[in-house]
Amino acid sequence: MPAKTKYALTPGAATREAFGKALVELGRTNPDVVALDADLSKSTYTAGFAKEFPDRFIECGIAEANMIAIASGMASAGKIPFAASFSVFALNKGFEQMRVTAAYPHVNLKVVGTHSGISIGEDGPSQMSVEDLSLACSLPGFTVISPADETAMMALVKLAAEHFGPVFIRAGRPKVARIYDASGEAGQQFKIGQSIELLEGSDVTLIATGLMVAESIRAAETLEAEGISARVIDFHTVKPLDREAIARAARETGAMVVSEEHLADGGLGVRVAQVVAETHPVPMEFVGIQNTYAESGTPEQLLDKYGLLARDVAAAARRVVQRKR
Amino acid sequence: MQKTSDVVQLAAITKRMRRTAIEMITEAGSGHPGGSLSAAEIVTTLFFDVLRHDPDNPKWPDRDRFILSKGHCCPILYAVMAECGYCPKDKLMTLRKLGSIYQGHPDVRFLPALEASTGSLGLGLSLGLGMSLAARLNGGKSRSYVVLGDGEIQEGQIWEAAMAAAFLRVDNLVAIVDYNQIQLDGFVKDILSLEPLADKWRGFGWHVIEAYGHDIAALQSAFGEASSEKGRPTCILAHTVKGKGVSFMENNPKFHGTAPTREECAKALQELA
Repeated sequence: MPAKTKYALTPGAATREAFGKALVELGRTNPDVVALDADLSKSTYTAGFAKEFPDRFIECGIAEANMIAIASGMASAGKIPFAASFSVFALNKGFEQMRVTAAYPHVNLKVVGTHSGISIGEDGPSQMSVEDLSLACSLPGFTVISPADETAMMALVKLAAEHFGPVFIRAGRPKVARIYDASGEAGQQFKIGQSIELLEGSDVTLIATGLMVAESIRAAETLEAEGISARVIDFHTVKPLDREAIARAARETGAMVVSEEHLADGGLGVRVAQVVAETHPVPMEFVGIQNTYAESGTPEQLLDKYGLLARDVAAAARRVVQRKR
Repeated sequence: MQKTSDVVQLAAITKRMRRTAIEMITEAGSGHPGGSLSAAEIVTTLFFDVLRHDPDNPKWPDRDRFILSKGHCCPILYAVMAECGYCPKDKLMTLRKLGSIYQGHPDVRFLPALEASTGSLGLGLSLGLGMSLAARLNGGKSRSYVVLGDGEIQEGQIWEAAMAAAFLRVDNLVAIVDYNQIQLDGFVKDILSLEPLADKWRGFGWHVIEAYGHDIAALQSAFGEASSEKGRPTCILAHTVKGKGVSFMENNPKFHGTAPTREECAKALQELA
């Protein structure tokens, strides 16, 4: 679908909830799909799958490393396993298992990390996954997906099941704005590895993933009122990167802001910067968490305190447009 | 391949496999002879007698699965797989060389007939459990056999997998502990003792069989008993001798991870003649 010049954001569901819905739908159409969880099925929303397909759901208890390797074993024997936990546990406790049992033998494992970023809120930093994109992207052969809303998650979970190879899918805890409408047409535009240009723009490009996509759309509206034309691109796939879209955006807009609910050291921003440096160097700014861990608070308070709102994207855009001159 | 249950024939094959493994490690100039020799009867008995497998159809979906979780002892596995016809015998001496299908630790990218890439210790039992769960869902006969090192089971994930396999009542999974008492830094009892090991596995809900791991008939009987055990997984504690069959390697921690010299190799081959 062509990029628009205006975007209407409406209230939407949490991406973790959309994952749970997509998983049930997959279960109905593909008997090889199985799910694993580590005592968080009510939070990751694998509970729906467990209820409808109890034989195809493996409750692993609080043992994420074991869960990831069991899932790899099931994948090696022909199943399509979705192993879910909070992202912070799946990636940090299961990283070696993702590396040795899935990445380098190229096993058809799907890991789903919910409650990513700092928007988990009150639970605090031990539960906050701010390194997951960086870790997952470091694994050769892994596909890394970070949907921005419900429609994106529904579409991308199904594509992940069809894709042979290890995949990490990042989901969030809070309800997020709906960007894509719920029609089948909106879902059909998704392709793994192909970014989606949401707003046309010529002065600066705002690249974002996850809940920062909606913030970037809001930032573009603010910037438009100031006479700055911002292109907004949803990078729902963080790896492999849509290099062509990055190079074109750099060439056509001459400045770029990359935003993610993740440490700015690592993740989407540095990966996009690498492509910009290799193709068409332009000034860049990065919106992310700055070399620190967050704290307890409401999601809104935390996104405000740690600089992950439309306001912060817009400020970065103004700075980077200044640097063009 | 010709399968056999004949103990004399299996013993003869095992001796040849030991020779091949020693030659491979010597040629490579590095590797792990001690644990290859201690696991020799276990691997040979499984591949030539127990496993339901077909080297002409290595991806047969209902095959039994074999995972060498103690991946560093792959020379004995490569020797046996080549003897079965999975992979070329004439390339065995390329072990650990650039581009060889016989990588330093088992790697499915180079040798797709392997069930898993291993080498980082502690992962194999979970993989075997996953394969057994998949087989159960498929309603097939496939069983998974996982060879664990004794030092390896100091890894916590082994016990996560042990707890889960028993809780899930997985009875098509067999763990074989190559209990040779030695790990890289010395004797297991001095590094981090596992005892009382049989009680630990029992406490985790497993059926436990203790056997002398160089007694082929005892291993056959243990694998048979494991197959008829219902509702829980089986652990075979195979009491073995590190470096078994070569006098100067037996019970010698040095040969956990040191290749023999050419002279040592010649002497070893004489002893295994």
